[in-house]
Amino acid sequence: MTVTIIAEQQQEGTHPTLAQMVSAAKGLGGTCKVIIPGGSGEQEASNISGVDKVMKMTGECFSSFDSQSWSSSMKNSIEGTVLLAATPAGRELGASIAAELGISVIQDVTSISPGIKLERPVYSGKAIENLTTSENCVITIRPNSIEAAEMGGSAEITSQDSTESIRLAVLEAIAKASEKIDVSEADIIISGGRGLGDASNFEKLEEVASTLGAAVGASRAVVDEWGLPHSMQVGQTGKTVTPALYIAVGISGAIQHLAGMRSSRYIVAINKDPDAPIFAVADYGIVASWEDALPAMHDAIKALP
Amino acid sequence: MKAAVLIKQVPDTTAKIDISGGEVDESGIAKWSISPYDEYALESALQMQKDVGATVVAITLGPDRASKSLVDAAAVGADELVHISHEGAIGSFALQTALAEAVKRVGADVVLAGKQAADTNAGSTASGVAKILNWPCVGLVSKIDASEGEFEATRSTVAGLERVSVSSPCVFAFDKGEDKLRIPNVRGIMMAKKKPVQKHTMADLEVDASNGGITESSVTYPPQKPPGQKFEGASSAPEVVSRLRDEANVI
Repeated sequence: MTVTIIAEQQQEGTHPTLAQMVSAAKGLGGTCKVIIPGGSGEQEASNISGVDKVMKMTGECFSSFDSQSWSSSMKNSIEGTVLLAATPAGRELGASIAAELGISVIQDVTSISPGIKLERPVYSGKAIENLTTSENCVITIRPNSIEAAEMGGSAEITSQDSTESIRLAVLEAIAKASEKIDVSEADIIISGGRGLGDASNFEKLEEVASTLGAAVGASRAVVDEWGLPHSMQVGQTGKTVTPALYIAVGISGAIQHLAGMRSSRYIVAINKDPDAPIFAVADYGIVASWEDALPAMHDAIKALP
Repeated sequence: MKAAVLIKQVPDTTAKIDISGGEVDESGIAKWSISPYDEYALESALQMQKDVGATVVAITLGPDRASKSLVDAAAVGADELVHISHEGAIGSFALQTALAEAVKRVGADVVLAGKQAADTNAGSTASGVAKILNWPCVGLVSKIDASEGEFEATRSTVAGLERVSVSSPCVFAFDKGEDKLRIPNVRGIMMAKKKPVQKHTMADLEVDASNGGITESSVTYPPQKPPGQKFEGASSAPEVVSRLRDEANVI
């Protein structure tokens, strides 16, 4: 079979998800073509083992993200089943490509195997949908759910210029993306909830986060009530996260919050209420006030060799 | 100007999901609601109603129970209600084609939808409908300022927040919006129940309701974790940290 991967756009080089998509494509067998929409990274892409062809697309429409113009410009270059990373841009572009080609789109899969058999979390992880598809389709794959392919390839690179025009104009950048690690990409997340008592106590989480190289997350309650950025929110109406370690501080564990973080590899909960629902999903639970437990934990982390 | 809002009825986010025989057991779902991001799309359309006199059309696709979400939309101010009746699974392309056809028939100039539904978590509908209509799409929007035929929107991208301008006709997919959601009043709720609902079937929209090549589909519970270890008191924190290092190997 033939697989076409649309690379996630990146300022320089390739996005880490590209090697994961290549690994997924190799798992399906057949040839693997990578399309790079604007940007750069064709050299890096061609060096990923398993890539057969790299096509870089250029043109006015790639000056900023315009899913509809991008999909129009790519339609004649796509062959077979299409893979993208299930990032916000990847999902929007994937849906547009599927509609352009009149085929199905299956978003945010966490497992893909020949057949094609797919698994995807639904209801924010409260259930798993198992699918089999028999026709070409567009599939987006959740970042970090598949081991990346190795380097060591040398695929042929071509380029193509698109004449599609962009249909939206960027007037101004309002806020730069935070320099801090985003919860959706972090390996370790430390999140706070109402139990922290006050927004200013998030500083204490920031301190531990900086020692661990972690991102700081928050429950919906404190995002709504204390005016924290929505980008920090973990849960059903925020981000669904799957870090190696999730530390929940002063979070009782509403069902919507659990849905967003329960598939983390390891979960630590600090809560003074021994009956808090968060303990039901925690691998390590500490029944104590966060004022006492967090500094003790921070000291122990700093003391690690 | 006419603004179409695409609304999906989903199990309330507080609902427990029970599974039986490979599918979600709907009889166990106590409460159905408008999907949360669709509510922000609806709120933004109602702002257009106030600011530029837009007519707001709420469109849903789903079984009979989904008409309740249209009544909820009318209770906060939607002017026209459209229900595309469909039971059971449907492929993404057939679904988007039906919604796009309904948008054309009501004569909308702009479409607003949530970025993804709280049940499937997919996030395909707005972008797919835009493609079928051949309209531009702006995703992850948190605020729209409308004037006649022109929009300025705040959207989130990997680079941060940016302000974009786009002309009608176009499609917006909503993230959590900047505006607070309005709460229906008693009069709104009473009036909403009397509002007529325009009914469509897939057949009268001339859409082939195929499942798009998906030959098998079942739902299962996520794998259960073994029970965790619970420690009493802050003095146990060093013990937990050493287990994170030695047992879990995550720090």
